[in-house]
Amino acid sequence: MKRHLISAADLTRDDAVLILDTAEEMARVADRPIKKLPTLRGRTVVNLFFEDSTRTRISFEAAAKRLSADVINFSAKGSSVSKGESLKDTALTLEAMGADAVVIRHGDSGAPHRLATSGWIGGSVVNAGDGTHEHPTQALLDAFTMRRHLAGAADGGPTHHQGPGDGTGRDLEGRRITIVGDILHSRVARSNVHLLTSLGAQVTLVAPPTLVPIGVERWPCEVSYDLDAVLPKSDAVMMLRVQRERMNAAFFPTEREYARRYGLNGDRMARMPEHAIVMHPGPMNRGMEITAEVADSVRCTAVEQVANGVSIRMAVLYLLLGGAVLDSENAPASASTARNEENK
Amino acid sequence: MSKILIRGAKVLGGEPQDVLIDGETIAEVGVGLSAEGAQVIEADGQILLPGLVDLHTHLREPGREDSETVLTGTRAAASGGFTAVFAMANTFPVADTAGVVEQVWRLGKESGYCDVQPIGAVTVGLEGKKLAELGAMHESAAGVRVFSDDGKCVDDAVIMRRALEYVKAFDGVVAQHAQEPRLTEGAQMNEGIVSAELGLGGWPAVAEESIIARDVLLAEHVGSRVHICHLSTAGSVEIVRWAKSRGIDVTAEVTPHHLLLTDELVRSYNPVYKVNPPLRTEADVMALREALADGTIDIVATDHAPHPHEDKDCEWGAAAMGMVGLETALSVVQHTMVDTGLLDWEAVADRMSVRPAAIGRLEGHGRPIAAGEPANLTLLDSAYRGVVDPAGFASRSRNTPYEGRELPGRVTHTFLRGRATVVDGNLA
Amino acid sequence: MDANRDVKPAANPTGSARPVLEAPDIARVLTRIAHEIVERAKGADDVVLLGIPTRGVFLARRLAAKLEEITGGKMPVGSLDITMYRDDLRLRPARALARTEIPGDGIDGRLVILVDDVLFSGRTIRAALDALGDIGRPRAVQLAVLVDRGHRELPIRADYVGKNLPTSLRETVKVQLTEEDGRDSVLLGLREPTAADEQ
Repeated sequence: MKRHLISAADLTRDDAVLILDTAEEMARVADRPIKKLPTLRGRTVVNLFFEDSTRTRISFEAAAKRLSADVINFSAKGSSVSKGESLKDTALTLEAMGADAVVIRHGDSGAPHRLATSGWIGGSVVNAGDGTHEHPTQALLDAFTMRRHLAGAADGGPTHHQGPGDGTGRDLEGRRITIVGDILHSRVARSNVHLLTSLGAQVTLVAPPTLVPIGVERWPCEVSYDLDAVLPKSDAVMMLRVQRERMNAAFFPTEREYARRYGLNGDRMARMPEHAIVMHPGPMNRGMEITAEVADSVRCTAVEQVANGVSIRMAVLYLLLGGAVLDSENAPASASTARNEENK
Repeated sequence: MSKILIRGAKVLGGEPQDVLIDGETIAEVGVGLSAEGAQVIEADGQILLPGLVDLHTHLREPGREDSETVLTGTRAAASGGFTAVFAMANTFPVADTAGVVEQVWRLGKESGYCDVQPIGAVTVGLEGKKLAELGAMHESAAGVRVFSDDGKCVDDAVIMRRALEYVKAFDGVVAQHAQEPRLTEGAQMNEGIVSAELGLGGWPAVAEESIIARDVLLAEHVGSRVHICHLSTAGSVEIVRWAKSRGIDVTAEVTPHHLLLTDELVRSYNPVYKVNPPLRTEADVMALREALADGTIDIVATDHAPHPHEDKDCEWGAAAMGMVGLETALSVVQHTMVDTGLLDWEAVADRMSVRPAAIGRLEGHGRPIAAGEPANLTLLDSAYRGVVDPAGFASRSRNTPYEGRELPGRVTHTFLRGRATVVDGNLA
Repeated sequence: MDANRDVKPAANPTGSARPVLEAPDIARVLTRIAHEIVERAKGADDVVLLGIPTRGVFLARRLAAKLEEITGGKMPVGSLDITMYRDDLRLRPARALARTEIPGDGIDGRLVILVDDVLFSGRTIRAALDALGDIGRPRAVQLAVLVDRGHRELPIRADYVGKNLPTSLRETVKVQLTEEDGRDSVLLGLREPTAADEQ
């Protein structure tokens, strides 16, 4: 593992499988009477949120607490930070408080990258969503959910809605994943394209042309404007939240037209392969990108994704903080290796 | 005033000659001139150019003296080989009245490092709504002839038309910052492959090109001349080339950074690369170099935009746009245009001194290096290679994108009307 | 933990190491341990075997098979990963986790026998006891190891020992098992000096 988690593009196939495998073990802790591990005792994790996102914050908080880390929540909204105090000064404050890891959510693309490379802090930086750039732990939990359903059966295949399986050690080779919605403004889509491709999946983006970024042709994925053509060839369909405000900027004419052309309803779901799942990063706009019938069906993994988020974030925090502090990326540990190699 | 003999300088890159300065003027140019009674500067094959003229400098005074003042900015200019700079109008208060332009003009006179010609705002407060008192600024002591809302585009077609027409009365020119505002809402960098990956708001080339197309057509229609600031895309080059072929009186500038840097650098999210117009693609860079070489783009202008450290030592979205450029401009031009064989030194003198002075109607600058001409001169050691270290800048700000980069060329002497402002690479 | 995983190939070449137990020896000591368990646990009715990954798990499965032969009953066997309970996590980069698999009936009120390949400092077993405490409350916990090489750093001892192997700290003990390494053996070698030794 590297020192920071900034972008899903930084993860190799093996890095990603290691995180998913680790999350699989973390998920098992949730089934025990004592859902806590002593692993990060004495470590401090700061949740630095410049944007409101209660769901992501409590997911990271639960993950850190299950690993016995001390958690400090620093909500920049409504504090002195909202305007005026800079990211740099906030970072220096956190450094002075001894943060071992900073989980940052920021409205500006690149803010976590800046935090990790500026020298303002010494700890690990975990990107919990930056602007319209990336949201790597969301992509990891999505991939984890896909792997459990599409590669979780004993034969490595789909579980056909018999509950999540265990895909430990596997990737998503050959799986066809369709991501539908506001690709232009979606950090979830960007992270998923990188991660799912690294895991061997074929990704297709579906959106009205106004919501596809200029320059998308260089992304390692297909782009389609026709949802109905793609659905029968999809093992998983991920519906992205579409903000109603986009309508006012003329990205699409009306909610009704958006729902008709790009929303997932029961009829469309019926055209998906029997084993295919429907995913949503939440919160859902029922009636907009997804109908209640689909959201509440056995195929929809939205609630499961939330639970998986805690396991994934435990895995990420463990892999970043559960070992020696690395001087540089991938530096070998030197201290008393020999004695510990047989630390029986 | 004493005499100075510059011995063995390659005048405009030609054969080594001696140049004798007497007082404020060039007394003689030739081979084997007598050094009697003169201080001798051994040029030893260095390149002698007419003092450089920058049509696009932000001196920040009044209002943002924390980033630059007229004094520090003109010291930076002299260090970079400039003998005259045009000071942009986006100060606080805006240079939209005779009072403000005269203040800047007077501060320039006091600095003594290079001539400062204020630019007046086109519209009141740069707001694009109401014409500023263009005539009053022209008639002031500052004698303004170049008007620009730089930093903002005069996007209202009617206001632009009126401005183009109005300044004809006193041979003025409007310098347009071409940026269609609606197409660039939330823009953070060039829109393209890199912005798609980085998730930064896109600044599309078409937002520049559509305004240039409109403005050259307006200039043609009303029979005015128009100047395009910091042209940055291959498409803009095509439009200007077409306009010139039709006989439209358009001139255009390119910045040194757009001749060298591309949007790939933004991948670092380092705000030192945040600039407006944004860094574009490799194809754009190549088109701009070619256009500067063939004369489609008339001049190099620095768009020297100083910002205090804290405005760049932050996340990309919060950072200010702009780069300092006066002290590296000639080096970047040597690197991108001369060392590549695209321009010779005579052409560099044309693009960085003669034509900027002509566009701005600035007297006494951009003149031939010949007897009787004002002794505004720049001596460049083109064989020098050095790593850019902003700690040595004369500018008050350090926001250079070239820190740590090796660039060729070093200004060893600058003369403003016969007086050395830079001696052996140091400010006099 | 896996004693082999962290040894650099050059640091402990198999060629220079001396076998102290071969396949038949290993089979024999496991049979003996199985008999001792039956004897001391009075039929082993409530025994749960938990192997410590990686090689302890294979040893636990082999012991379970032998116990089933002896008792004729079904022997619950599982695995207990102790990685996240180690006291030396900060000395090395984060380690990959192994599977913890607790048999269906759990460990509450049972006699848990931890199984590992080599007993050395005792820190792994300390971690295993902590891990067990978060999973349930056994009636008693015992420890079975293939090799006890001494040099304990904690007050821990094994209840069942395949072979006591006096060693120096300069020596390495490497257990190979067919399931993981393609062959069964215990090798005694010399480790190469490290920077830590020279300090």
